[in-house]
Amino acid sequence: MTTMAERTQTTSGARAEGTKTLTLGKAVNEGLRAAMRRDDKVLLMGEDIGPLGGVFRVTDGLQAEFGEERVVDTPLAESGIVGTAIGLAMRGYRPVCEIQFDGFVFPAFNQITTQLAKIHNRTRGAIDMPVVIRIPYGGGIGAVEHHSESPEALFAHTAGLRVVSPSSPQDAYTMIQEAIASPDPVVFFEPKGRYWAKGEVDLDVPVGSATLNAAQVVRTGTDVTLVAYGPSVETALKTAAALAEEGRSAEVVDLRAISPLDTGAVVASVRKTGRCVVIHEAPVFFGAGAEIAARVTEECFYALESPVLRVGGFHTPYPVAKHEHEYLPSVDRVLDAVDRAFAH
Amino acid sequence: MTTTNGSNEAIPTLQLLDPEGRRVTTRGTKGYRDRAADLTPENLRGMYRDMVLTRRFDEEATSLQRQGELALYAPSRGQEAAQVGSAYALRPQDFVFPSYREHGVLQVRGVDTVDRLRFFRGSDHGGWDPNEHNAHVYTVVIGAHALHATGYAMGVQRDGTPLDKHDGTAVITYFGDGATSQGDVNEAMVYATVNQAPVVFFLQNNQWAISEPTSRQTRTPLYRRGEAFGMPSLRVDGNDVLAVYAATQEALERARLGQGPSFIEAFTYRMGAHTTSDDPTRYRTTDQEEVWRRRDPIDRLAALLRAEGELDDEFVAQVQASADELGVGLRSGVRALDGGAPVSTFDDVYATPHGIVASERAWYEAYEAGDPPAEQYAIAETAQGGAR
Ligand SMILES: Cc1ncc(C[n+]2csc(CCOP(=O)(O)OP(=O)(O)O)c2C)c(N)n1
Ligand SMILES: [Mg+2]
Repeated sequence: MTTMAERTQTTSGARAEGTKTLTLGKAVNEGLRAAMRRDDKVLLMGEDIGPLGGVFRVTDGLQAEFGEERVVDTPLAESGIVGTAIGLAMRGYRPVCEIQFDGFVFPAFNQITTQLAKIHNRTRGAIDMPVVIRIPYGGGIGAVEHHSESPEALFAHTAGLRVVSPSSPQDAYTMIQEAIASPDPVVFFEPKGRYWAKGEVDLDVPVGSATLNAAQVVRTGTDVTLVAYGPSVETALKTAAALAEEGRSAEVVDLRAISPLDTGAVVASVRKTGRCVVIHEAPVFFGAGAEIAARVTEECFYALESPVLRVGGFHTPYPVAKHEHEYLPSVDRVLDAVDRAFAH
Repeated sequence: MTTTNGSNEAIPTLQLLDPEGRRVTTRGTKGYRDRAADLTPENLRGMYRDMVLTRRFDEEATSLQRQGELALYAPSRGQEAAQVGSAYALRPQDFVFPSYREHGVLQVRGVDTVDRLRFFRGSDHGGWDPNEHNAHVYTVVIGAHALHATGYAMGVQRDGTPLDKHDGTAVITYFGDGATSQGDVNEAMVYATVNQAPVVFFLQNNQWAISEPTSRQTRTPLYRRGEAFGMPSLRVDGNDVLAVYAATQEALERARLGQGPSFIEAFTYRMGAHTTSDDPTRYRTTDQEEVWRRRDPIDRLAALLRAEGELDDEFVAQVQASADELGVGLRSGVRALDGGAPVSTFDDVYATPHGIVASERAWYEAYEAGDPPAEQYAIAETAQGGAR
């Protein structure tokens, strides 16, 4: 068994790459490239990820660099992608699976939840499962059915999996490498609506700097805590800017992971602000926000000025593209929730 | 031998030993007879011994279940030739992915008898270290492990292991007639053939998936499934240990030589209940059971050995003594399994620390100690990262 710290040591000493402005999609691409250069056991598997570079081009150029044995265009069968990745991991490889869209992970759901999540435990730690499942997720791109969903809670509810989602190009670059270095399986949710968002990326950031499990305060404030991850972090930041104009100071916590959940970072913030609004695109009913609300209530009961509120999707199928912006947590709906929090 | 699939269609089936234990010399089977001929009398006696020990293991486990010592048990009675014969063709470097009834395979693989019952005792979800015996633990979700075997074989391909009849590495996966209907088994055959992965799909068609006869799974003889995916496929008499051995050896060699996957259907019969919780009287006739009792795979090998002068009283007594010894060890070993301390439930959920598991464990330990913290799931508050 290899710990994350041990792997970090083995990865240091790569040549300096400097800082670049990259889109989030390109940052994942660069992270994959760095991981593949570092460790020849890292393989990419998925549908159309070879010459095409994936439907979002996240694997662009990687098959040309690493060959067909390491960037594998698989048969069109998701259970097969994950199931064979498990076998490859047992043989010492570190497969990174691409699921083409969120709505198409379900054929692999059995392999992910009954096998990938459990084999380490089933073998009492004799076998690690260093497998990453990359899933472009979330809405806002005007897509047809099955292409805009946020099923992360289904995975966070399964012990044995780590469930993470980067919100920025820098985090995308770092976190994908940490996910690959993890001896535990990681479901890596990529906010597809943010694939084209640009940001500065320090390409020399050391892998193992613990972004994978640690929430980050991305804006400090004093009056209300906005908790978000993945695509909703941008919404939270925009809301905080709007609130600042109204004279309210919002703190924004980017969770980065929902399993594990960095409760400590959220609690520390809410004890300071006394108010908490959780934002995600997934339905609020049985969503990550419900878990956060429960934990904040347990840990911050006497510090709370108002109930923890949630802003997210409804308990309906993801709507048709024409209505998706009513379903998604918009700045206006978050502002409404903040108003309700202050009404107490 | 040919048998029918119920529609009067004769299905070609490799047989090297008839039900009376006589070597048969059908035309077209010379290659297989030659492979079986490599088995020395000592090998054959070893197979007999492992089959008898597997049968005894079954009887002991069934009675342990009846005494409340096991939660469940899935007997392999009737399938000993399919399991032991195929496992004899394996080499140490090969890797096995069983489902949950392959006690005979694990017997040959050397997995400890008590460890094999940890799962059924309810003291383990697995029971042994797969890398110690190159045999994965049982997989209960039907068919899921066929994909693991295929992926493992894809890894073997990438390792650049030698392509050699003896020193190459092959993977074998065992599954049932019911499992052939699962998407995962079919996807595994797609991945294996597309990649030409060194994996053998070993189907034990024991004619039943709990209460459903094979006619509820298929309209075609099952070995033809493998053919349709594009791999050499063969149906063997699964109660004929020689035919099973020869067919499996051929398929494994093909894999070790880098010539891709194969499919074997071993046609056999589940002589016992599906599990100790099952009641076969509700869905099958004792007539059918009687027919297959007369085709008992152990009797068949015993008849061969006797005819060839290899089954003397002394050897029979030795095997009997080993079986008795197995029973004694199993009974005391199983009773001693307790699953460890309850807090071990929190062990090995993740390979690296996970804050939620850690905090729940800490709470549980305090609760057990009679000192529960005020907050149910106390959190660790650190500057960066908090409860990891
Ligand atoms: C996915 C799944 N569905 C249902 C079951 C319950 N189940 C356990 S064994 C079995 C029958 C399997 O039959 P077969 O594949 O022929 O194997 P055999 O039991 O005959 O060895 C069923 C339905 C299961 N374990 N997994
Ligand atoms: Mg069956």
